[in-house]
Amino acid sequence: MQISMKVRRYDPEKDARPHWQEFNLDVAPTERVLDVLNQIKWELDGSLTFRRSCAHGICGSDAMMINGMNRLACKILVKDLGDKITVEPLRGLPVLKDLIVDMEPFFDSYRAILPYFINDDPPPPRERLQSVEDRARFDDTTKCILCAACTTSCPVFWTNGRYIGPAAIVNAHRFIFDSRDEGSAARLRVLNDANGLWRCRTAYNCTEACPRGIPITKVIEETKRELIWQRM
Amino acid sequence: MAVRPKNLQEARDRSRNNAELAWWVFMRVSGLFLVFLVFAHVFVNNILINVATVDYNYVATRLAKPGVKVFDTFLLGLAMLHGVNGLRVVIGDNIRRPGLRFWVQVVLIVVSVGIFVAGVMTLWAFSYREMGDAIRDLTSGH
Repeated sequence: MQISMKVRRYDPEKDARPHWQEFNLDVAPTERVLDVLNQIKWELDGSLTFRRSCAHGICGSDAMMINGMNRLACKILVKDLGDKITVEPLRGLPVLKDLIVDMEPFFDSYRAILPYFINDDPPPPRERLQSVEDRARFDDTTKCILCAACTTSCPVFWTNGRYIGPAAIVNAHRFIFDSRDEGSAARLRVLNDANGLWRCRTAYNCTEACPRGIPITKVIEETKRELIWQRM
Repeated sequence: MAVRPKNLQEARDRSRNNAELAWWVFMRVSGLFLVFLVFAHVFVNNILINVATVDYNYVATRLAKPGVKVFDTFLLGLAMLHGVNGLRVVIGDNIRRPGLRFWVQVVLIVVSVGIFVAGVMTLWAFSYREMGDAIRDLTSGH
């Protein structure tokens, strides 16, 4: 299958601004965008730079904007995109080189919501038990792989980089609704910030972008409701 | 970048008020109220009567009723608060320089308060009878 792939290139040492470069290749329809990028890097232009690690949709390294939507390059097949494919870096984060963005602002927000289990009680001899229903309460949000596809698809985040972003709220939800965790008050205090939860305007871009199928907008609304009931 | 807590103690120490939460709830509640208020306003002013027949007398007698004054003040206040808070959030999102953002918000609030005060004064402090007399005086050649 003959395809043309347009890639947004930027080399801070050479380019004043990003530009498009087009590659024409022969690929199998069942190949993934990541395979195509590898083919470009290995056979056509070794300077093409992008992140990838596990290549199986788990590590979250290769999120990028493909044909206008944030997706994982390792999860989307060429046959589902057609013969014209455009690949750009994630929006809203500073581009370092080609498809690599600076993830530090994203992880700053992630760290801010205290994304770890908090319970000062001494642990029982074996484990902290939890009912099936209590575990199911936050099952969706355990699936986040921190690829940043949601946060960088959010129009509020594009204009206001201080917004904490959907990914951080998803990971806060993971612990706020965990019956064994006791750090909810501290997390909700962080989310109650002017640039926290209340900036969400339910554009639903995050829900569409999530490669793990997390219903992110629903999760954000659940967290808003929890915060309102706890504070009012 | 906003200053964000890096650990649990920092998050605990951080004193927070519920201003953004209260505004968020206010926007939902006032939005719902405004739908009914605005529809009532449109119904009374445009559907119940023929707009072509509206003259000074009609407006003056209507606005002289205390119920109409209260309704209009409520509508004005709620619409202003709802709209200005929306603009405040839009400014907060789109103006990135903190100093400029602060001053644009100050200008927004000053202008809005001015509009609200002018509206309330027109409704309550203005004598329609006197105004009517003045117009009659003018039109009768005195």
